[in-house]
Amino acid sequence: MIKKALFIILFLLLMAQNYDCYAQSISSVELINNAKNYNGNTVVYKGEVIGDIMRRGEYAWINVNDEKNAVGIWIKKELIKDIVYTGSYETKGDLVEITGKFNRSCVEHGGDLDIHAQSIAKISSGNDVPYVVNTKAIKFVLGLSCIILLFCLLRARY
Amino acid sequence: MILKPQLKDIRNIAYYLGKITIGLGFTMFVPFIIGLVFFKEINPALDFLVSAEIALLFGLILTWVCDSDKELNWIQGMVVVSLSWLVAMVLSAIPLFLSGHYKSFLDSCFETMSGFTTTGLTLVQDLDHLSYSHNLWRHLGPFIGGQGIAIIALALFMKGSVGSFRMYVGEARDEKILPNVIHTARFIWLISIVYLIIGTLALGIVGMLIGLKPQNAFFHGACVFMAGFDTAGFAPQSQNILYYHSQIFEIVTIVIIIFGSLNFNLHYQFWSGNRKELMRNIETRTFLLSVMLTFFIVTIGLNKLGVYSNALILFRKGFFQLISGHTTTGYMTIYAQQFIKEWGDLALTGIICAMALGGCVCSTAGGIKMLRVGIIFKALKQDIKTLALPEYAIITQKFHHIKTVFLEDAQTRAVLSITISYITIYVLGALIGVWCGYPVLNSLFESTSAAANVGFSCGITDASMPTILKITYIIQMWAGRLEFMSVFALFGFIVAFFRGK
Repeated sequence: MIKKALFIILFLLLMAQNYDCYAQSISSVELINNAKNYNGNTVVYKGEVIGDIMRRGEYAWINVNDEKNAVGIWIKKELIKDIVYTGSYETKGDLVEITGKFNRSCVEHGGDLDIHAQSIAKISSGNDVPYVVNTKAIKFVLGLSCIILLFCLLRARY
Repeated sequence: MILKPQLKDIRNIAYYLGKITIGLGFTMFVPFIIGLVFFKEINPALDFLVSAEIALLFGLILTWVCDSDKELNWIQGMVVVSLSWLVAMVLSAIPLFLSGHYKSFLDSCFETMSGFTTTGLTLVQDLDHLSYSHNLWRHLGPFIGGQGIAIIALALFMKGSVGSFRMYVGEARDEKILPNVIHTARFIWLISIVYLIIGTLALGIVGMLIGLKPQNAFFHGACVFMAGFDTAGFAPQSQNILYYHSQIFEIVTIVIIIFGSLNFNLHYQFWSGNRKELMRNIETRTFLLSVMLTFFIVTIGLNKLGVYSNALILFRKGFFQLISGHTTTGYMTIYAQQFIKEWGDLALTGIICAMALGGCVCSTAGGIKMLRVGIIFKALKQDIKTLALPEYAIITQKFHHIKTVFLEDAQTRAVLSITISYITIYVLGALIGVWCGYPVLNSLFESTSAAANVGFSCGITDASMPTILKITYIIQMWAGRLEFMSVFALFGFIVAFFRGK
């Protein structure tokens, strides 16, 4: 009897734990559109780190983009040691998975929609985007320059 | 009888259009040089070189083929202005399209029209990976368009003439700050550049303090200033101002957008030592009252739904979006979808009212504008007095705008014509939105945002929206920025060309 009761209690506790924790990663669209439902819950969010890492005391702000929206992540500085690349024109940022508390309107941060990270996992490393100079554009520029020069010469003459 | 325009009229228009196009071509060297020198971006620099050369060639051909030394008459001046905005939209869209961040050429045209008209609605894809050069061009657009495309040409290439005044008026600038229109154009550029330096420094320093790299801090500072002072609302990152997660950054931005929404004439008065004008002017007074009233509506709406947990957060979020909408900037510290999903109808209505009313005349702001709103209320007050007092009483109504002015019927009629035009275009755009399948309030919100050159979006503006809606918003942004008269003049000119004798 006691064993049964303990099993039920344990089962209920696990259920309760599952209720406000989403093991599978949730998209930014889902988070923003259903912010009230997820507010205060632990969520898993995956995306590319973009822009600057803004250090603020013991913590830092990183912005993580899942290709639809970027969401601000408030994270302890020691957790971002592994982040090497952040997304920009020249680089593809590291792909990370954040587990943390989602806030629809964060009291600590002036009402921002954000995630307070508890842990971060680097899924894949970013890289420098390969750069090839556009030779077609160079030819086009030279061609147009010749036409403009010719045009100016003709205009000066006539 | 409608008179058909003659070939010499078209030549004259094309000649001035060519001059403006050459001016535009030269401005493309700014992102070319900055991109190449500071950021070592070769391919984006080539995009700008190609586009600049196309613009220069087009302008040179027009000025050569249609060489003219005649002054522009009123209709020609207006047609030059309205056409130059369309030509600028197409030519400026070339480098953006070449960046590969737009799904179609129409999308890049939408972006440039949104920039030039200081609207800020965007169809860019993957903004967070856009090059510095292309991003700078997105923000330079509002800085050029906010001051006026024709005004650049006036300030740089033209000597004082009646024709230049007609182009100046055609760009919805009916107030001369200085007696000479060329001096006025140069003054507008002077104060804009002085503010640009101060604003970039302020935002750059704040940017470094909040953790941006120095290079990015000043780049973002310049971009946010240009789009903020010119009430456009573009930002270098996809999260807009939310990207910075900083209250100080938001406060500095608020100061900049308020400065941008004030009449250039008020800036001149302030710089000349006439600081009392700020408090006495009908526009600043109406602006203050209107902000208070619309913020009250927004607060009631947000409070009723309990959107924010405390008053401080409500003020920070509510006031930022409100002032951003009222000044027709469109900077956001919330996500577009939150407007519809969380804010509720009442707060949204408050924002729509603020956007529709707009900033001051002779500023970079859009919307109906404060001087007109003030005049309408003065006229209403006069009418009520007329009804209340005996018939033989002579009732006059005056207002203070730089000088004390007696309100006349002709002035009220002109103000009402433009106001009705704005309301019509807000409603028409909303109807097309509804026809495309969007809800009424969302459609009205987006339509008002486009026509009043605000740039707020509740989620409709997207690369996947119907083409008809993209074209509608382009026309709304263009007509709203030019305050209709130049656009009407262009349509009149086209009708006269086909039906005139």
